[in-house]
Amino acid sequence: MKKISKAKIDELFKAISAKETLYIPVDDSEGQAAFIPYAEGLKMSEDLNTVRSAKDLFFPQVESLVNFKMDGKHIEIIDAATEKKPFVIFGVRACDARSFDILDRVFYYAEPKDSFYIERRDKSTVVTLACNAPEETCFCGAFGIDPAEPAGDVSAWQDGESFFFKANTEKGEALLAGLPLEDAADDAADKVKEDIRKITAMLPLKDLDLSKFGPGKTQELFNDPAWATLSESCLGCGTCTFVCPTCQCFDIRDFDGGKEIRRYRCWDSCMYSDFTQMSAGQPRPTQKERFRQRFMHKLVYYPDMHEGLFSCVGCGRCLRKCPIHMNIVKVIKTIGEEK
Amino acid sequence: MYEDALIPKLGVVTQIRVETPDVKTFRVVGADGKKPFVHIPGQCAMLSIPGVGEALFSITSSPTVEEYIEFSIKKCGCVTDWLHSMEPGQNVTIRGPYGNGFPVDTDFVGKDLLFVAGGIGLAPLHSVINYCRAHREKYGQIDVVYGSRSMGDLVDYKEILDDWMKEDGINVHLTIDNPQPEWDGHVGFVPNYVTELKPDISKTVVMCGPPVMIKFTLAGLMDLGFDRKNIYTTLELRMKCAIGRCGRCNIGSKFVCKDGPVFRFDELDELPNEY
Ligand SMILES: Cc1cc2nc3c(=O)[nH]c(=O)nc-3n(C[C@H](O)[C@H](O)[C@H](O)COP(=O)(O)OP(=O)(O)OC[C@H]3O[C@@H](n4cnc5c(N)ncnc54)[C@H](O)[C@@H]3O)c2cc1C
Ligand code: SF4
Ligand code: SF4
Ligand code: FES
Repeated sequence: MKKISKAKIDELFKAISAKETLYIPVDDSEGQAAFIPYAEGLKMSEDLNTVRSAKDLFFPQVESLVNFKMDGKHIEIIDAATEKKPFVIFGVRACDARSFDILDRVFYYAEPKDSFYIERRDKSTVVTLACNAPEETCFCGAFGIDPAEPAGDVSAWQDGESFFFKANTEKGEALLAGLPLEDAADDAADKVKEDIRKITAMLPLKDLDLSKFGPGKTQELFNDPAWATLSESCLGCGTCTFVCPTCQCFDIRDFDGGKEIRRYRCWDSCMYSDFTQMSAGQPRPTQKERFRQRFMHKLVYYPDMHEGLFSCVGCGRCLRKCPIHMNIVKVIKTIGEEK
Repeated sequence: MYEDALIPKLGVVTQIRVETPDVKTFRVVGADGKKPFVHIPGQCAMLSIPGVGEALFSITSSPTVEEYIEFSIKKCGCVTDWLHSMEPGQNVTIRGPYGNGFPVDTDFVGKDLLFVAGGIGLAPLHSVINYCRAHREKYGQIDVVYGSRSMGDLVDYKEILDDWMKEDGINVHLTIDNPQPEWDGHVGFVPNYVTELKPDISKTVVMCGPPVMIKFTLAGLMDLGFDRKNIYTTLELRMKCAIGRCGRCNIGSKFVCKDGPVFRFDELDELPNEY
């Protein structure tokens, strides 16, 4: 294990950013945290979680795929890929670190592979940070995630004086090797971990029961009458999908800029009515079907396709951001408990 | 050039045939003048006109055709309108082939096949039917029941008359919805025609067409005693990526673009009714 005194954290950030782009969570003027490139003077946010997850860095909200030029009957296909440079993300929480595994199964491992995503993943080094103060909206534990033991290339912990680091991968070791760190005892972060686990043991959602969900539950849950009541006031605004670290749906669109046509992909939402609209019909005609799709995908369909892994990490973002206070916990409780 | 499945290749439309008032067949080759890829009957490809958009179409030509691939496309929106307005020699972009296709070299082998199509639904079946004609020895009896609103709406009518109907190994039963002076064939809806023909329940059935046609034909076949395991259809949902990535086309835990578009009815029974 390695460590650095908190007073020297800027030295550490400078050392990393001298070589690669370093993203850290920073509060904006309204106190909303987001991962942005480090520059001297920027302070790391104390917030538990950024408003949007770090998935933007691998799967950006908007991304060019390819460009075209049209000239009469002739089309020219033009490369739109920009060079992707190595980068480091510092301060990813345990839940978001798990979300990368979930996205990897869609973009990294499934055939055909997503070159854009893979390139960014391969060029990134993820430094996670244990959560000293998990909140009431956190339920990562329900998915077997331990906020005291976050994954990533490097795991980090903090106490009053220091940050502690442990490399988990070769990439992580390479990163730590070049930094101004001191050696620390292997158990240096144990006290921190213990304190975190004391808090998680008291969290209100720690016993969330997921046993009614998972692979093979489609027939049982699809026609549950609770979908109608749960979705009743959903606005279809899509906020829950945009802040969610595991939501992965996208649209592909063309923009005609005059000289060149840009084909890009951008995040889309299964909560939107035009998501599945066809000339011949609409398989999800009301918000009930769209709402059901979002939660069934996270709790049943994705686990069906991926060996039981749920596509929710309990980050609590949708609990904090939904304008009508609907969220996945209410779904799990309502549908899970009535049976 | 950056490589990704979402980045298309260049294609050239070399021939356009008018099939019906709203359906044209497009012959497409790659930029090198050759067939862009090898496919299985029932698979699809994404065609696009940059600036207008991409759309998915069944490949209607048989894999046995070495020189090109073809699509029969119904005019119904931005991309399809544009395709219908263009002239041969036009570049398009193309990516594919996508989807599972029909089990022509496994489950279909040795079976009597009954193809049931309505309107543009012949498009995905055209490829299978011609593949089966080219490998006639592998299959038992082949019957085709095909119907449209009117005579003028029958896709591939000339090929059906000149090739299919003149061949010994294939029985074609055409029907149109309403009588027409120049039509001396069967008049009536496809589902009724299928039941009138009293097909043997040992046949493997492949159906493609508008949802109402599928619904009533299926009901008729069930009454006759057919097994849902022996009835195939193709599904259509809105698609963007066509490779199981964009999350748009799932029915329960299956992506129609990747796990379909070909499904057996016993497989569909396992899925939620959301299509
Ligand atoms: C597996 C599969 C195979 C298909 N095979 C054929 C074929 O062989 N021949 C053929 O003519 N068409 C086929 N289609 C339908 C074809 O993809 C749509 O007609 C096409 O996407 C419409 O594009 P557009 O830009 O012209 O219309 P748009 O301007 O995009 O849309 C017009 C209307 O069509 C809707 N729409 C968008 N996508 C689809 C869709 N996939 N199906 C139906 N409506 C849609 C839009 O919401 C809108 O209401 C197939 C579709 C699928 C999914
Ligand atoms: S569904 Fe809600 S709690 Fe679960 S990962 Fe997404 S935003 Fe977080
Ligand atoms: S659940 Fe809430 S955040 Fe999600 S679409 Fe509905 S209203 Fe918006
Ligand atoms: S079209 Fe994207 S997942 Fe099927």
